Amino acid sequence: MANDNDTKFEESLKGLAGTDRAKRAMPGPGVQTQDVEEHVSVTALREQFGDAVLRHEQHAGDEHVVFVKPERLREIVAWLKDEASQRYDLLKDVTCVDYGGGRPIQVLYELWSIPNRRQLRVKVELPLDGLEVDSVTPLFATANWHEREAYDMFGVTFRGHPDLRRILMPENYQEGHPLRKDFPLRGRFSRAEQTRRALALDMEDYYTPAELELRKRKGEATAEPGAQRSLPETAGQPGGARSVPGEEAQAGGGEDEA
Amino acid sequence: MGLEGRRDLPVLGSGKDGSPSFFTTKLDFIVNWSRRNSLWPMPFGTACCAIEMMASYAARFDMARFGMERMAFSPRQSDVLICAGRLPYKMAPIIRRIWDQMPQPKWAVSMGACASSGGVFDAYSMVQGIDTIIPVDVYVPGCPPRPEALIYGLLMIHEKIKGETVFGEEGKLLRAEDPARAGQAQLPAEVIDQVAVPFGNSTSQNRPSGMDGGRALERPRDRRP
Repeated sequence: MANDNDTKFEESLKGLAGTDRAKRAMPGPGVQTQDVEEHVSVTALREQFGDAVLRHEQHAGDEHVVFVKPERLREIVAWLKDEASQRYDLLKDVTCVDYGGGRPIQVLYELWSIPNRRQLRVKVELPLDGLEVDSVTPLFATANWHEREAYDMFGVTFRGHPDLRRILMPENYQEGHPLRKDFPLRGRFSRAEQTRRALALDMEDYYTPAELELRKRKGEATAEPGAQRSLPETAGQPGGARSVPGEEAQAGGGEDEA
Repeated sequence: MGLEGRRDLPVLGSGKDGSPSFFTTKLDFIVNWSRRNSLWPMPFGTACCAIEMMASYAARFDMARFGMERMAFSPRQSDVLICAGRLPYKMAPIIRRIWDQMPQPKWAVSMGACASSGGVFDAYSMVQGIDTIIPVDVYVPGCPPRPEALIYGLLMIHEKIKGETVFGEEGKLLRAEDPARAGQAQLPAEVIDQVAVPFGNSTSQNRPSGMDGGRALERPRDRRP
């Protein structure tokens, strides 16, 4: 009996790749949920935009999801926001879903209409070789950081975003986009390399108010989308990139001896 | 800092063979007594361990009993760095700079499983033990440790200070910090890779895509007597 358990345990360690269970567990995009109820806004969207509305799903009771064409997304969200009968005036969230296996990445926009007390989730599907969609930051200011997070974690580029930089990971992060399914859990570099890069980061380059003010004055606030700063190579010379802390400590040591 | 040079100086009152004399031992006692009874902590609370750290400073456990009533909140005026919680790589240069800014003598406490080893966060963003970044004197185990555990850890630092000497004896001197190593990792690269190898159940967390993670792994071995 113990042996049997051990075998089961070893099998479970191998994971579920390629089993029937794996296929069943993840319906993935494209599976139409049965019995979709009528949703006022989806009907209106179909009338207004026709082919741009791809399909309509319903999840978990009354969560309505409408898939639209990526190239008309901003137009559709703007219409949902401004149209007198819709008035989706609260953008609750912008994030992404990666189902893995080469399937397209979904970008979702969680909309809520305060006057109508109505929820609608707008989704677009982006193929892995064309991860680009229009930014909705001009419509909803709150999308600014949400889109930066989606860019940081999934690598989706939002066209027309005023300041598309990483928001969670450090500026000099070079390992890719961590929430993608093809990203290894421990990252792509060795722990030693990760530590070296982390310590090579000089946070004062990025976070001082003076620096931000300078950027604003120079008119650099509108960085081109997807722009990544390159990491100064410091492999050969330890601590080469940042000399300030070393000098500080040296000065402190001198005082101590005096 | 400074201690390197002082080691070679002829010290007033030491014995002819370099052994400690009555004068130096008494002076050491006074210096150590004053140091250990006025340790000012630099709280570096990043997660739930910080809640327990706050509890150990509050009325019930009251760390002021050990001369630690003053949280420094400035590395320039602190003696003990308490890293309470997990440390992401983004925070690694910050804790290293805080450590470099603290004046000698200084000690470090790694509080909790995550600070000591990375804990359950064997992930891309997490430092696998703060001892890869800064030197650590006492590791307090627990997830999070109770306030008693943190106090016990700090009392171990007291014990460590008792054994230190300002003059003479090799091996009992304070740890000398090399100012040239400011901003650099504490451990060499190969050791960091060595201490961060996957362990325990964490190997099975690295699942490729397309699988559900809904079912907990059965680990019958854990239940075997």
